[in-house]
Amino acid sequence: MPLDFILNIIASGLLNGLVYGLAALGLSVIFGVVRVVNFAHGEMMVAGMYGAVLLFGAFHLDPVLSAPIVAVVLFAVGWALQRGLVNRFVGKPEHMQFILLLGVATILVNALLMVFGPDSRGLQVDYVFDTVEIGPLSLDAVRLRAGLGALVVTSVLFAFFRYSRTGKAIRACADNPLGAKVVGLNLDGLYAFTFGIGAAVVGIAGTLMALVVDTRPQLAGEYTLLSFIIVIVGGLGSLPGALLGGVLIGMSEALAGFLLTPSLKSLFSYVVLIVVLLLRPQGLLGKRS
Amino acid sequence: MAALLSVSNLSKRFRGLKAVSDVSFEVPAGAIVALIGPNGAGKTTTFNLIAGVFPPDEGAVVLDGRPITGFRPDQACAAGIGRTFQIVKPFGELSVEENVLVGALAREKSLAAARSHARTVLRRLDLDGMAQRPARSLTLPDRKRLEVARALATRPTLLLLDEVLAGLRPTEVDQMVEVLRDLNRREGLTILMIEHVMRAVMALSDHVVVLEHGEKIADGTPAAVVADPRVIHSYLGAEDV
Amino acid sequence: MLTRRAIILAVLLAAALVLLPLVGDRYVVSVVTTVLWFAYLGQAWNVMMGFAGLLSLGHALYVGLGAYVAGALYLYAGVVPWVGMAAAMAAAAAAGGFIGVLGFRFRVKGVHFALLTIAFAEVARIAFDHLTFLGGSGGFFLPAHDPGMADDLLNLRGSPVMFYYVILALTVGALALARGLLHSRLGYQWLAIREEPDAAEASGINLFRLRMLAVLISSALAALGGVFQTFYFSTLFPEQVFSMGRSIEIILPAIVGGTGTLFGPILGAFILTPLGELLTFVVDQAGMDAPGMKQLFYGAALVAIVVFRPDGVWPWLADRLGLVRRRGEDE
Repeated sequence: MPLDFILNIIASGLLNGLVYGLAALGLSVIFGVVRVVNFAHGEMMVAGMYGAVLLFGAFHLDPVLSAPIVAVVLFAVGWALQRGLVNRFVGKPEHMQFILLLGVATILVNALLMVFGPDSRGLQVDYVFDTVEIGPLSLDAVRLRAGLGALVVTSVLFAFFRYSRTGKAIRACADNPLGAKVVGLNLDGLYAFTFGIGAAVVGIAGTLMALVVDTRPQLAGEYTLLSFIIVIVGGLGSLPGALLGGVLIGMSEALAGFLLTPSLKSLFSYVVLIVVLLLRPQGLLGKRS
Repeated sequence: MAALLSVSNLSKRFRGLKAVSDVSFEVPAGAIVALIGPNGAGKTTTFNLIAGVFPPDEGAVVLDGRPITGFRPDQACAAGIGRTFQIVKPFGELSVEENVLVGALAREKSLAAARSHARTVLRRLDLDGMAQRPARSLTLPDRKRLEVARALATRPTLLLLDEVLAGLRPTEVDQMVEVLRDLNRREGLTILMIEHVMRAVMALSDHVVVLEHGEKIADGTPAAVVADPRVIHSYLGAEDV
Repeated sequence: MLTRRAIILAVLLAAALVLLPLVGDRYVVSVVTTVLWFAYLGQAWNVMMGFAGLLSLGHALYVGLGAYVAGALYLYAGVVPWVGMAAAMAAAAAAGGFIGVLGFRFRVKGVHFALLTIAFAEVARIAFDHLTFLGGSGGFFLPAHDPGMADDLLNLRGSPVMFYYVILALTVGALALARGLLHSRLGYQWLAIREEPDAAEASGINLFRLRMLAVLISSALAALGGVFQTFYFSTLFPEQVFSMGRSIEIILPAIVGGTGTLFGPILGAFILTPLGELLTFVVDQAGMDAPGMKQLFYGAALVAIVVFRPDGVWPWLADRLGLVRRRGEDE
């Protein structure tokens, strides 16, 4: 088997993985701060994908350019969701939060289904069949764009959490909610802001994903589970962990899909998840509690 | 008096940090022994090592001549150790009586026998008036009493009390002291207590063990311990500045 | 404690359920069969979550294993379902025990434990998709029952009414079992673990043993529901049987009705399944038969229920109707 071929598979898995990582980052941020698992995460991602489809259809807008618009809309959705519904479930038993967000997910995905129908929607951008040659690699232009876009957004996010005042406040809040309250941070406001950020991030991941994958409502549940796997593998609440987990899962999916059969690719991810849960429940880059 | 509990050379590190270091002491049968020391001295860690929350790195715990080092908490309970938690842990959705019933079930296989034992314990701690209330609705002083009641219901030979007087009003402290003294005198229950309320320590204990930075710095009668210069320094030096 | 009014109501309800096939048409019988099936499965799940505080989001695994084991034994070896169910329960309990040993020994807790259960269910889904001797993704089928034949209770081949009474018996049996467990030494010790594991352990409770017991009982009970599924529906598809969606359908009745309560799963199933049917009807009648419309309302109903009745509908209803004595009033 030619080495180039395998390298190409790994590279495309890596690029997909960067987008997965970005999506998982949103989940990780929300869980790290609000301590609520967003079971509607994949649904928000698919909403982002439809955002890209819609803007491309109406204005021929490239998904990379529609990402900021989708981000703003989903930020508002996330913010309102936290303010209106999720906030009163903070600190409640997990199974209640689960049902609440499951309800939200059901509403979201079926609203999308009603508006856009059950059929797949592809994005026919001008460069859809282009490839980019880098050394031995020959990469799909759409995949490259999606991966690099995810990398840029991830970097911006890292910078935001490291250097901005709000970002620091959010991290403080994740470390020690009681302490954050004591020093006078507005927890409810921060929670809403964080949920908004998480939703915006996964929305962007969705617009980028729309370049690579045909958009359909059925992807939602799959992406929710995928985001969980990545976050657990990387480490709940660890941002670099989410990125690493995304890349690992992206590459393992690509390899498993190639070496075994495509229908077995998610099996591989679940096995990775089980092994990590058992041997390193805090995740690869997570802190031991 | 023979030692009911004997702790020898107990050590425990957390991530390299010595929480308890080479601590040895004995609790004679029928005695009330107080474990005192400033915050972070390793008192609760010592309790957890005795009660089996985690195994010691070194050292041994012997209860009534039987080594119980490295036992799990449920095994320690079966061996005769009853304990309370510093941050109280009631079974919130269960009633007060059911909380104590769970303790009683440690010895009684039959629900009826356990329930009758639980009721005796409830009366003993003056909780019978609120037996049917959910535990989460109790005030802190009542929760502390519930904590003691649940531990007592397991019919321990040694009762470990972790700051059961902290946060109580003076009259409530006196009440609890009375209950504990009574349990000790009338039923010969041996008690090892972590306590900050010095008035109660002086009134109740036959013997005091002082920890500081994970090490034992004094061990003797209450009068002797409070006169010990190291203890005075550790306590007053640390807290009265 | 139940009041006299509650007991009268329970007797009336039981009588209505027993008499239903005599008055109700096929449609009503089939809807109530589904209701009872989910009530039964919710009761099984409740043993783990409601009693012992272990959140399983992968109960489809146990139901599915039970379904396939009993189905395969019947189809390929002619083993009657009443014998096959023992093997089905053993297989599911073995799977549950395996997950339990791993999860508890490696101290996987809370959300992580829930994810572990999802992961194993998903692995089973993909694996059964590829098990060609059981039909793979194409599905597993039992030969249909000849409508002209009499009911064959031994082989569980027969009319919808026979299945109705089978699931009614199972649901009542599960309720009685759950009640017995809850009011036993084991039950109180489970609740203690659910509320405060550290304090439970200090009260002499072996956490590992009792949690394992909860998983084993819950998974075996779920498997029995799976056996019913195989013989009632006669078809099994891995994508359906082991799906995350099925796991969710199993836990919803218990949560909506009231986690940890005995009547919660039953009430929840009687709310949710008819709600789904009602939505289908209303959406049809209003001419809004767009795909997703019904599920959209269903999702909104879920949100409304959990927002307004976070502890479930049963505790509230029981209090409203005077079905339970308030604490402190019963002595």
